[in-house]
Amino acid sequence: MSQQEKLLEIKNLTVHYETVDGTVRAVENLNLSVGAGQTLGLVGETGAGKTTTVKTIMRILPVPPSVIKSGEIFFKGEDLLKKTEKEMRSIRGAKISMIFQDPMTSLNPVLTVGEQIMEAIGLHNRVSKRKAIELAEEMLETVGIKGDRLSDYPHQFSGGMKQRVVIAMALACNPQLLIADEPTTALDVTIQAQVLELMQRLKRQYKTSLIMITHDLGIVAEICDYVAIMYAGQIVEYGSLEDIFLHAQHPYTKGLFSCIPDLYSDDKELIPIPGLMPDPSNLPSGCRFHTRCQYSFDRCEIQEPPSVEVSPGHHVKCFFAVPEKGEPQGTPLGRPV
Amino acid sequence: MIRYILRRILMMIPVMLGVTLIVFTMMYITPGDPAQIILGDNATPEAVAKLRAEMGLDDPFLVRYFRFVKDLLRGDLGICYATKQPVFDRLIQTFPNTVKLAAFAVVVSTIMGLSLGIISAAKQYSLFDNIAMLLAMMGNAMPNFWQGLLLMLVFSLWLGWLPASGFSSFKHMILPALTMGTSSAAVLARMTRSSMLEVIRADYISTARAKGQTEFKVIMHHAFRNAMIPVITTIGLQFGRQLGGAVLTESIFAIPGVGKMMVDAIKARNYPVVQGGVLLIALSLSIVNLVVDILYAYIDPRIKSQYK
Amino acid sequence: MGTNLNTVTSKPLPVYKKRSQGAEIWRRFRQNRNALLGMGIFFILVSFALFAEIIAPYDPIQQNYEKIMQPPSRQHILGTDELGRDIFSRIVYGARISMTVGLIAVGIAFVAGTALGVICGYYGGVIDNVIMRFVDILMAIPAILLNISIVAALGTGLQNVMIAIGVSNVPRFCRIIRASVMSLRDQEFIEASRAAGATDFFIIIDHIIPNSLAPLIVQATVSVGSSILQCASLSFIGLGIVPPTPEWGAMLSTGRDFLRKAPHLTTFPGLAIMAAVYAANLMGDGLRDALDPKLKR
Repeated sequence: MSQQEKLLEIKNLTVHYETVDGTVRAVENLNLSVGAGQTLGLVGETGAGKTTTVKTIMRILPVPPSVIKSGEIFFKGEDLLKKTEKEMRSIRGAKISMIFQDPMTSLNPVLTVGEQIMEAIGLHNRVSKRKAIELAEEMLETVGIKGDRLSDYPHQFSGGMKQRVVIAMALACNPQLLIADEPTTALDVTIQAQVLELMQRLKRQYKTSLIMITHDLGIVAEICDYVAIMYAGQIVEYGSLEDIFLHAQHPYTKGLFSCIPDLYSDDKELIPIPGLMPDPSNLPSGCRFHTRCQYSFDRCEIQEPPSVEVSPGHHVKCFFAVPEKGEPQGTPLGRPV
Repeated sequence: MIRYILRRILMMIPVMLGVTLIVFTMMYITPGDPAQIILGDNATPEAVAKLRAEMGLDDPFLVRYFRFVKDLLRGDLGICYATKQPVFDRLIQTFPNTVKLAAFAVVVSTIMGLSLGIISAAKQYSLFDNIAMLLAMMGNAMPNFWQGLLLMLVFSLWLGWLPASGFSSFKHMILPALTMGTSSAAVLARMTRSSMLEVIRADYISTARAKGQTEFKVIMHHAFRNAMIPVITTIGLQFGRQLGGAVLTESIFAIPGVGKMMVDAIKARNYPVVQGGVLLIALSLSIVNLVVDILYAYIDPRIKSQYK
Repeated sequence: MGTNLNTVTSKPLPVYKKRSQGAEIWRRFRQNRNALLGMGIFFILVSFALFAEIIAPYDPIQQNYEKIMQPPSRQHILGTDELGRDIFSRIVYGARISMTVGLIAVGIAFVAGTALGVICGYYGGVIDNVIMRFVDILMAIPAILLNISIVAALGTGLQNVMIAIGVSNVPRFCRIIRASVMSLRDQEFIEASRAAGATDFFIIIDHIIPNSLAPLIVQATVSVGSSILQCASLSFIGLGIVPPTPEWGAMLSTGRDFLRKAPHLTTFPGLAIMAAVYAANLMGDGLRDALDPKLKR
C-alpha cells in the first residue's frame, strides 16, 4: 500500500484508562492503516482493545477515565487527535461513521427512526426539512426498508431491520470511512448473512472504506482485504487476508484458527487456546501472550518481542516469526538467537 | 390508549373501596362515642342514647359501613362536629389550598432536582457532583417539619423577608413550598443522576455522538428523554408525598389546608373530618398515579404501542 | 504433620483462601467511606440508646426552674429547655426511643412483609391477588395519614406508634420480596430442589429467602431511618410519644413555641433526627453497593 492511498493511518497509539483501581492499558503502541475503498478486519477476543481503538478514532471515548497517552491518527493526512472538538463533530457522521454492536440498543427508543436518520443528515447538510425526509426515505429504501416506515419507532423493527436502519443512518452522509463494531454479532445467523451482504454492496456502491471489528473469522474471510489480530491491547499479527489465512505465524492467530471446526476433515481436533486473556490492568511482562502460549520460553517472559515484517506488509509480533524463505510455514522449528 | 385509561380507572374502584373500608374500620375502633363528643361532656345519658339511635350508631358494623359508602357516593361525608357544616363543604374550602401548595412544591422540587441531577450526571465525580450529592443526601435526611421551623426562623423571624404563617398571597407559599420541596428535590436529584448515568452509557448515546451531534444536544435530546422515563414515576410519587407532607407543613405555617384541618380534627376527636380528609387525599393520590402512568406511556413509545 | 509438609516441599502450597460471602460483603462495605461514616453515626446513636444512664449527665425528666432555656454552656453542652431539663440528656434518652421504634417497627414490617410477599410470589393465583390488592390499598394512603389513622384508633404511646409505623411499612417489603420470589420461583435450582422432593416450606426457607435477602436488607436499613422520621413526625403533631418522655419529635414540637427566644430547643433535636436518618441512608447505599457490585458505579 503506497503512502498516498492511505485513508487512515494510526501510528503508535497508546490509550489507557486511569481509574481508582489502577491503570488499564487498553491499547498500546498500535499501528494500523486502511487504504481507500479497502476493508480492514480487526479481530480479537472481547476486551482486546478493538472497540477502544475505533472509539479513539472517532474521539468518542469518555475522557475521564480514558487517556490518550501517545500516538497520531492520520485521516486523509490530518491528525485527528489534534482536531478541536468542533472540528471532530464535522468529521463524525459525515466523513467517518460508526455502527455499534447491538442494534437493539444503538437506536434511541424514544425517537422515530426517521428522526434519527434525519438528525444525521441535518447535522452535516444544510437541507430543508422536506429534503431531509426525502433523503432519509431514500436511505431506508437503499437498505431494503420501505420508506413509509420512517415514522415508526425502533421497537417496531426486528433486530436485522434495526441494523439496516443503523446502516442507513451511518451511510446517510456518504462517509469515506465506516467503522462497524461487530455489526452482526447480535443477529441470527441467516440475518447476519443478509446484513453482511448489504454492507458489502453499499461499501462498493459508495466506495467507502471499512473497518470491521469481529471475532468471527468466517466474516473476515468473506469481506476483508486486510486483517489485524489484536491481543491484550496490541496488534500481534497484521497482513493481507492471504497472509493471515494461509501463512499465519503468530501462535495466537494459529490458535484462533484451530478453534474453528473444520467441515471437511473429521480427524482434526479442536484445540482451544488455554487460559483467559490477562487482566488488562495487570498485564504479564514480556510478550503478553506468553502465559497462554504453548511455545513460550524464558525470553518471552522478560522481553517484549518486536514486530517483524516477515514478508511485505505482513507483520508478526513474536520471537518465532521468521521471514519466509521456503521453510515449512508457520511452525517455529528452533529458538531464534 | 383509551382502553388502557379506562381499564386503569376501573382498577381504581376496588382500591378506593378498600380505602373506605380501612378508613371506616379505623374510625369504628377509635375510642370515644361520637354522640357524646357532639353533645359534649355535660349531656345527659338519655340525650346521648337518643342521638346514638338517630345516627344509627347502635347498628352492626356492616350495616354502618354500607350506609357510610352509600352516603359517600352521594357526596355526604357526614357533619363536622366542630362547625356543624357538612364535611364535604369543609373539604371543598380547604382542598384547593393543599393542592396549590403541593403543586407549587412539586414544581420547585422538579426544577431543583432535575437540574442538579442532570448537571451532576454530565459532570460525574466533579466537585459540583460531590457537593450536589452531599446536599441531596442531607436534604433527604432532614425532617421537613424541622426544616420548616429553620426556614421560618431565618427568613421570617430574623430577616423578616417572608411571612411566617397564613396563606393570603404568593409570598406565603414560598417557605412552605421550599419546606415540602427540599426532600423531594433531593430524591429527584439522586434519581435523575443515576438514571442519566445509566442512559449515558447506552449505545444509542455513542451513536448520537458518532453522528457528530453536540454534547449538549446528546444530553438533552437523546439522554434526557430516556432518563425521564423512571424519573416521571418518581415525580408522581413525590406529588403523593407532598399531599401527605402537607399535614405537617400546613400545621407549621398555619395554612388552612386539608392537612392542618385533619390534625386539628384529630386533636378534637372530630372524626368525620379525618375520615373525609384521608379519603380525599387517597383519591387524589390515585388520580395522580393514573396521570403518571398515562404520561409514562406517552413518553415511552414502547408502552404506548402495547395499548393501541 | 503440617510443619513437616512445609519443610519438605520447596515451594509453599498455593493457599486458596476461601472467603465467605459475608466477609466479601464486609470488605466491599468497608471500602466505602460514606457507608463507614453512616455506620459510625449509627453506632454512636445505638450506644446512646444502650448506655443512656451512663452517658447522659442529667436526669432527662428532672425539671429545674432555676435554669430555664439556657443556651449551651459548660454545664449543659446543648443548653436547657423550657422546663430547665438538660437537652443533651434528653437527646441521649431520646435515642433509646427512636432506636427502639426504628428497629421494632422495621422488624414488624420485615416479618409481616416477608411472609406475605413469599406467599404471594410463591403461590400466585387468588391468594396473591387478594394480598396484593390489600397492599395496593395500604399504599394508596400516604404513610403519615395511615400512621395518624392507626394511632388515632389505637391511642398514642410507644407500642401503638411502633405498630402503626410497622404496618405502614409492610407494603414495601411485601412488594420487594414478592418480585424477587417470582423471579426465583422458576429457576432451575428451585426446580431441582423440588424434583429432589423438598417441601414448599423447605424451599422457601432454604432457597428463596436467602436469595432474596439482598434487596430486603437494603430496604430494612433505609426503613430504620424513615421509621425514626415517621415516629418524630407523629410526636411532632402530638400523636406519638407524649411528654414528658424525651422524644426528638416531641422536643421539636414544644421547642417550636420558643423558636425566636431559644432556637437551640429545636436545633439540636432536629439535628439528631437528621443524623439518624442520614446514617441509615448512607448505610443503605453502602450495603446496596456491597451486596450487588454490579450496580456500583
